[in-house]
Amino acid sequence: MSDYKAVIGLEVHAELDTASKIYCGCTTAFGGEENTHVCPICLGLPGALPLLNRKVVEFCIKAGLALNCKINNYSRQDRKHYFYPDLPKSFQTSQLDLPICYDGYLDIEVNGQTKRIGITRIHIEEDAGKLIHGLTGTRVDYNRGATGLIEIVSEPDLTNPDEVYAYMETLRQVLLYTGVSNCKMEEGSLRCDVNVSIHREGEPFGVRTEMKNLNSLSAAKAAAAYEIKRQKQVLAEGGDLFQATLRWDDAKGINYVMRVKEHADEYYYFPEPDIMPIVITPEEVEAIRATLPELPKARQQRYKSQYGLSDYDANILTVSKALSDLFDQAVACEAPAKVCANFIMGDITRLLNEKALQPEEVPFGGKELAELANLISQGAISSSAGSKVVELLFQPEFAGKAPKAIVEEQNLGQVSDQGAIKAMCQQVIDANPKVVEDYRGGKKQAISALVGQVMKASKGKANPAMANQLLEELLNG
Amino acid sequence: MEITKETVLKVAGLAKLNLAEEEAQRLAHEMGKIVGFAGKLAEMDLEGVQPTTHAVKLENVFRADEMQPSYPREEILANGPERDEACFVVPKVVE
Ligand SMILES: [Zn+2]
Repeated sequence: MSDYKAVIGLEVHAELDTASKIYCGCTTAFGGEENTHVCPICLGLPGALPLLNRKVVEFCIKAGLALNCKINNYSRQDRKHYFYPDLPKSFQTSQLDLPICYDGYLDIEVNGQTKRIGITRIHIEEDAGKLIHGLTGTRVDYNRGATGLIEIVSEPDLTNPDEVYAYMETLRQVLLYTGVSNCKMEEGSLRCDVNVSIHREGEPFGVRTEMKNLNSLSAAKAAAAYEIKRQKQVLAEGGDLFQATLRWDDAKGINYVMRVKEHADEYYYFPEPDIMPIVITPEEVEAIRATLPELPKARQQRYKSQYGLSDYDANILTVSKALSDLFDQAVACEAPAKVCANFIMGDITRLLNEKALQPEEVPFGGKELAELANLISQGAISSSAGSKVVELLFQPEFAGKAPKAIVEEQNLGQVSDQGAIKAMCQQVIDANPKVVEDYRGGKKQAISALVGQVMKASKGKANPAMANQLLEELLNG
Repeated sequence: MEITKETVLKVAGLAKLNLAEEEAQRLAHEMGKIVGFAGKLAEMDLEGVQPTTHAVKLENVFRADEMQPSYPREEILANGPERDEACFVVPKVVE
C-alpha cells in the first residue's frame, strides 16, 4: 500500500523594499553595473563597522503582524558561518534563537476550503551576492549582497502542491499589501526553499530533502509535486531516501542532487558582536500595527458584504493592491461597484497585459473610472463604447482627459432615440431575410445576430437593449 | 577541561585551516587551558541570569534608511586577489 502522505514546509526569502542596504548606505536598486553598489561595509572589509537599518526591523515587525505573529521584546543578530564566494565575510549576519517574530499563521484557500498554515518564525538577515559562472572561473557581483531580507519559515503544515501554490500566492499578496517587499520574483526579490518528506499516517516523519531558491509560484508547485512523486517511487522500489539538498531545474522539470547531508549543518552560530541587541517595546509594536493597511482577506469580505460582489470577483479584484485601490477610489465617487469591477477585471487588466504595464501604472484614477461607470449605468454610452473609452485613456494623447469629454469628442454617445433605432432595425430585418425566417421558425436566439447587425450599423452606438426590444416588436408585430 | 586532537581537527576543518600533526597537538593543549579557564564560571550559581552577549550595555543602535554613495568600483576591486574589469574572480565554483 502506497498511502504515503506528504509533509511540506516552506522557507520564503523576501528582499525588503528599503532604500539602502541592511548595514550600509549602498542602494538596493536592482541591476546597475556590476559591483557599483558596494562599499567596505557590505563587503565586510576589516575595520568596517555595520549599523543596522532601522527600517529593516520595522518592516520585519510589520510583516510579522500581518502574518499574526508574536513579536520578541528582546531580539538579537547572530553570525552563521559558511564558506561560499557569494558571501564575502564568510558568515551571514542572521538570527538564530531570538528571531524578531514567531508563532504566527496564514490562512490559505484551496478548492474553497480555508486552511491555517503555521508560521514558525520570521527573522532578518542579509542577502548574498550573485555568482556568474564562466568556463575558467566564477565572477562575483556584490551589488545585491547585504540587501535586507526577511526569512519566513512555515510549519510543515502543507500537504500537497496546490497548498504550496496557494500559500506562496497568499503570502506574496500580504507582503505586497504591507509594502515591505516588491515581491518581484523575476528579479529574485521573493524566493522559496521547499522542504519535503513523506510518511504513513501515524508513523514518524520521513527523511527530508530541501530544494533551494525556487523563483516562481509555478516552479515551487511543480518542484513539490515532482519531489513527492520521486520519494514515493524510491520507497516503492524498496530504495532508501537520504537527506539532501536538491536543485530544481524548472526548464527540464526535474531535480538533481546538489549535496548529500551526512551531518546536520554546522554553522557555528554565535552572537554578532558588531550589532547590539534589538529591544522592541509593546508601544512600538502597536504603533507599527496602526500602519497596517486593510489586508486582502478583509477587503474580499468587505467587497462581498458591502457591494454584493461574488467570491470570484472579490478574489480577482484584490490580487493587486493597486487595482483594488483603484476600485475603492472609484466606488468612493458613487460609482456602481459591479460596473467598476468589470472594467478592472476586463478592459483594464487586458490593456495592462497588452502593454506590459504593472497594475500601478494604470494611467487614470478612481475619479475617471467612476465617471465612466456612471455613463454606462445611466445608459449614456454602450458597454462597447465604454471599452473604447478605456482604450483611449491608455493612450498618451488622452492622458488626464475626462471620460465625458472623450465621449463627446469621439462621438461615442449611445443612441437611445427610438425613431432612429427603429429605422435601423427595419433596415436590418429587410437585409437579412434568412435570419428573420429562422427566428420566425422558432429559433429565437437568431435575434442576437440581428441585434449585432444593428450595433454594427450604428457603429456601436445603439442601445442594445432597446434594439433588442424594437426588433422583437417588429418581428412579432 | 580536555580538548582532544580530533576536536581541534574538526574545528580546523570547518574553518578551512590545514594543521600539521604537531600543531593540532599543541592547539589541543592550549585550547584545553582556555576552555578550562572559562569553565570556572560553571562553579558559580547563575540561576536566572541572562547570558551576556555584549560587553557594552547598548541596545537599538540603528541608522536611518538613507542612501549614501557607494565606493568607486576600481577602489573596491583593488582589494581582491583576482578580478576582471567589473567583477571579483574566484576559482570556478561547481554548483
Ligand atoms: Zn555598502
